[in-house]
Amino acid sequence: MNDYRIIEVKESILADNDRDAEELRRELKAQNTFLLNLMSSPGAGKTTTLVRTISMLKDEFNIGIMEADIDSDVDAKTITDTGARAIQLHTGGMCHLDADMTRQGLREFGTEDLDLVVLENVGNLVCPAEFDTGAVRNAMILSVPEGDDKPLKYPLMFQIADVVLINKCDVLPVFDDFSKEDVVERIRMRNPNCDIIFISAKTGEGFDEWTDWLRKEIKAFQEA
Amino acid sequence: MHELGVVFSIIKTVEEVAASNDVKEVASVKLNLGEVSTVIPEYLTDCWNWAVKRTEIMKEAKLDIEIIPAVTYCEDCGTEYGTVEHGKICPKCGSSHTYLLRGNEFTIQEIEVC
Repeated sequence: MNDYRIIEVKESILADNDRDAEELRRELKAQNTFLLNLMSSPGAGKTTTLVRTISMLKDEFNIGIMEADIDSDVDAKTITDTGARAIQLHTGGMCHLDADMTRQGLREFGTEDLDLVVLENVGNLVCPAEFDTGAVRNAMILSVPEGDDKPLKYPLMFQIADVVLINKCDVLPVFDDFSKEDVVERIRMRNPNCDIIFISAKTGEGFDEWTDWLRKEIKAFQEA
Repeated sequence: MHELGVVFSIIKTVEEVAASNDVKEVASVKLNLGEVSTVIPEYLTDCWNWAVKRTEIMKEAKLDIEIIPAVTYCEDCGTEYGTVEHGKICPKCGSSHTYLLRGNEFTIQEIEVC
């Protein structure tokens, strides 16, 4: 006859990932590499935004990009064309990256000589928000065609963002039902503290403000 | 949406607990799952039934999920109300100064072992 006993655990299911993430942040601090976790839905313009960001910052920082996708390497190819280093991670069907997968990617990449690594997370507004990757800061992109109601529909993503980039502002005259005031108010409901920057990766609008934000954050991290 | 990843994470934690308690077989795992924790219990169970067969010590382990109802508190009028029915806006006074009291839990409560 089997003898059963109960072991109390009472541990959050994400506790293990949270520990990995804290550990990764310590490792990154030790080598002074600033890791930015960039999230958005598919097609919001993560890669195009990165290409322009790299072209503006590549003389100041050694930049590396980690592309996370379920499959394919089209994004890594696009990034490599800018001259920045890139690595493609395949999540093998998973909808997000966790801290352990991020660390494995960083090890494979070799980040000791990099000042700035951007993790381009899987295009998805739900799951990546749940899992701390170990990044120093979280950025998210919302593009105008997606609509100004997204902060209402995906609250957690907007809650955890340190900066929200509203991309594709060049199409605002066409998408005239997108209200800049409403989207700011809805983001503020979820997150009173994040920075909100209106950009267009196509025209370069807002990129001085965005790259200044990055410079300021990297400097604060390196001097901390 | 990320139920499979969550299942792997649970299995990892349970295996660690089992190893440090000298457990040979896990009979069941009890979870507390908040109503608004973004995880769908049915999907979680499907992923679980598939994933545990790949383990050594929990091939037969049952998943026992207890759902915690979501409750939101209104800071302006002090009302506690059902989050799923009313969302972020207080149904009594219309305020948006509200916060989730409970309902996003996602905890391994206990494991039954032999």
